[in-house]
Amino acid sequence: MGRKILLENSDIPNIKSFDVFRAHGGYVSVEKALKTMAPDEIIEEVKKSGLRGRGGAGFPTGLKWTFLDRKSNKPRYLVCNGDESEPGTFKDRYLMEKLPHLLIEGMICSSFALGVNTAYIYIRGEFKYLLGILNQAINEAYKNGFLGKNILGTNFSLDMYVHPGAGAYICGEETALLESLEGNRGNPRIKPPFPAVVGLYDCPTVVNNVETLANVGYIVNFGGDAYASIGLGKSTGTKLISACGNINNPGVYEIELGMSVEDFIYKEEFCGGIKDKLELKAVVPGGSSVPIVPKELILFTASGEKRLMTYESLAEGGFESGTMLGSGGFIVYDQNACIVRNTWNFSRFYHHESCGQCSPCREGTGWMEKILWRIEHGHGNMKDIDLLISIADKIEGNTICPLGDAAAWPVASAIRHFREDFIFHVQYPEIVKNIKHGALYKYDNQD
Amino acid sequence: MMLKITIDNQTIEVEEGTTILQAARKIGGSVVPPAMCWYSKLEGSGGKCRTCLVKVSEGSAKDPRPLPKLVASCRTPVVDGMVVQNKTSPEVLEARKAIVEFLLINHPLDCPVCDQAGECDLQDLSYDNGKVSCRYQESRREFEVIDIGNLIKLHMNRCILCYRCVYVADQIAGKRVHGILYRGDVSEISTYIKNSIDHNFSGNVIDVCPVGALTDKTFRFKNRVWFLKPMTAHRDCPTCSGKVIAWMRGSEIYRITGRKDEFGEVEEFICNECRFEKKNINDWIVEGPTTLKRHSVISQNHYKEIKTPSIINPLKEKMEKQTNDE
Ligand SMILES: Cc1cc2nc3c(=O)[nH]c(=O)nc-3n(C[C@H](O)[C@H](O)[C@H](O)COP(=O)(O)O)c2cc1C
Ligand code: SF4
Ligand code: SF4
Ligand code: FES
Repeated sequence: MGRKILLENSDIPNIKSFDVFRAHGGYVSVEKALKTMAPDEIIEEVKKSGLRGRGGAGFPTGLKWTFLDRKSNKPRYLVCNGDESEPGTFKDRYLMEKLPHLLIEGMICSSFALGVNTAYIYIRGEFKYLLGILNQAINEAYKNGFLGKNILGTNFSLDMYVHPGAGAYICGEETALLESLEGNRGNPRIKPPFPAVVGLYDCPTVVNNVETLANVGYIVNFGGDAYASIGLGKSTGTKLISACGNINNPGVYEIELGMSVEDFIYKEEFCGGIKDKLELKAVVPGGSSVPIVPKELILFTASGEKRLMTYESLAEGGFESGTMLGSGGFIVYDQNACIVRNTWNFSRFYHHESCGQCSPCREGTGWMEKILWRIEHGHGNMKDIDLLISIADKIEGNTICPLGDAAAWPVASAIRHFREDFIFHVQYPEIVKNIKHGALYKYDNQD
Repeated sequence: MMLKITIDNQTIEVEEGTTILQAARKIGGSVVPPAMCWYSKLEGSGGKCRTCLVKVSEGSAKDPRPLPKLVASCRTPVVDGMVVQNKTSPEVLEARKAIVEFLLINHPLDCPVCDQAGECDLQDLSYDNGKVSCRYQESRREFEVIDIGNLIKLHMNRCILCYRCVYVADQIAGKRVHGILYRGDVSEISTYIKNSIDHNFSGNVIDVCPVGALTDKTFRFKNRVWFLKPMTAHRDCPTCSGKVIAWMRGSEIYRITGRKDEFGEVEEFICNECRFEKKNINDWIVEGPTTLKRHSVISQNHYKEIKTPSIINPLKEKMEKQTNDE
């Protein structure tokens, strides 16, 4: 089932190297773009393709590109966001590790389309091992004339650099990323202005996710219409899903958007069902920031339709009964999973990663974590449950960047759908205290 | 081109590039949102504390749809035909209450021993927008009190991370020796490997600090500000304008600060010599008593905004209920 665009060749031995990649059709799109297409034509094809940002928000890429300020005389920059730090998401690193040239190819085409002569790949600090892989691939591209001055004899020149972060989730937020890239503290900027007008070094900048940019080569090669014919409705193309949790086959899968969630969870070629033949309890389908939904609502929408792996279907029902495709970090929980503990764990993450600039997020994330810690460790009371909802509600929408929302949603949705779990924790503190929880157990000695 | 903006039903025309907050300040009175981090004289400030959030109920003349979220008025430029709600929006008041609660959960509430008490923006903000009861029962973050040089004291516990002092250090008092370490609710103001901010204008961090996090060591525990008489004074200073407020008791000067406008911003930054060294009455030409333009505890009970019942009543009910329960 499903065509592959990105991972088609990922299993070919040594596809990491330029020669093997080139032998399998690599960099053809660059030749086509530079020699036969005008920059605006490429943007037009990307618009037609319906490609949406794979970094989480799903914003149409072609449209984003048209916002880039082309009137100013300043240099323009393309920045690839490889910060990938969202719990549950591990698809970009797979792509960069397996197919570094696919990303570089996409970035060359994109840079040409956007009139960019300097492009950066910003990777998460913990991805140190990718630094070598990417730098080697970039060197090879230089050597073979795909980067540098006058690429393929045209008058288009492009330089590309890799830059590692220092280990902060917030540097995945695009404006924090730009601050970090400039050598400053990774605090998100206050918008407006947006990066398309005032971005890196105050110049017009496009920031796109790794997976987004890796798709551009295909679109140049085969056209926007061909890309749009894959997928379903406004969710065109394929999506990398990193699946983890209590499933038989954790890993990174490229799926055609539009397959049913049920198939993705239970089919052997994907997650392969729930581990140890247990029952499914809940799913977080798009990385830790998106709402958690129970079994009934992940397999079917509230109106009884089959839930599909698309931006629209997953979001159907809004926050009441829906969730989001997000970054594609698909986390599955079996019947024994403790939702309270999971919520506390997510909260701990956001508390730790808040940059601390704005008061609701700085103070609210810590407050929520402390309450959740108490509930999980048998020191909660009934009032705490509604207090958590109230705090989440006060953070949401009142912050500088979406990290505040991302911290609020998991808490609000967990209580919305699993209130009984929270009540149980408050009612039976002795039972709760004695449950051991695998890998997370080591965090228990905070007591 | 002049842009038209309506805030809480009052319309004004402003120049392009004006922010909603600046427009509101032009109108004055109750339409002005509180600002704990933005400072007109500090480039890049604002957007952080979120106390100035307002509702944009009509985006512009061209596109009158409301903006989906509340916006920080200090950093949102006016668009022609914008309609904004501050005090008239229950949503804004609700959000502001929440922000005050957030700012207070980790605040030590040590006003009785804090030099800032009486002229503290956080006190004023909580009087105007705070809740009476506290829902926070977790432990508060704690830091050691440290010296920033021999003239300034840092009580990090009280800091609300408005970044104003960072901008002062960067823009007015030499660059990059003062900044923020760590992140989230454990981030702290710090000075580069224990260097003091060694600059003639470093003392201004005290004036811009909205709370008692940065205080004047030469005035520490000397007096409560409301016992002092603020006198407008000046001297012929080679470094700064020499225009200050001398805080006096009898003929003794207890401290020197910059002159502040009705929004709590200093009119002109003053130098350290004026602030820390000139404490003798003979150093100054005292012009006369200052009329404080702000409502605050130091304006000697002449509150403009605060209605006493809204503060006293809920407490009273609670106390009565408790007595009845017992
Ligand atoms: C807290 C936070 C973390 C983020 N982390 C990432 C990330 O690791 N990778 C990413 O591509 N986008 C991340 N984003 C989204 C980016 O801000 C931005 O929207 C994205 O890079 C745009 O690329 P796209 O349009 O191709 O998706 C993050 C956003 C927030 C608010
Ligand atoms: S929402 Fe959180 S992470 Fe984002 S700017 Fe505010 S404090 Fe920083
Ligand atoms: S010390 Fe004062 S001025 Fe500096 S960030 Fe904290 S509250 Fe703001
Ligand atoms: S004054 Fe506007 S956010 Fe602080």
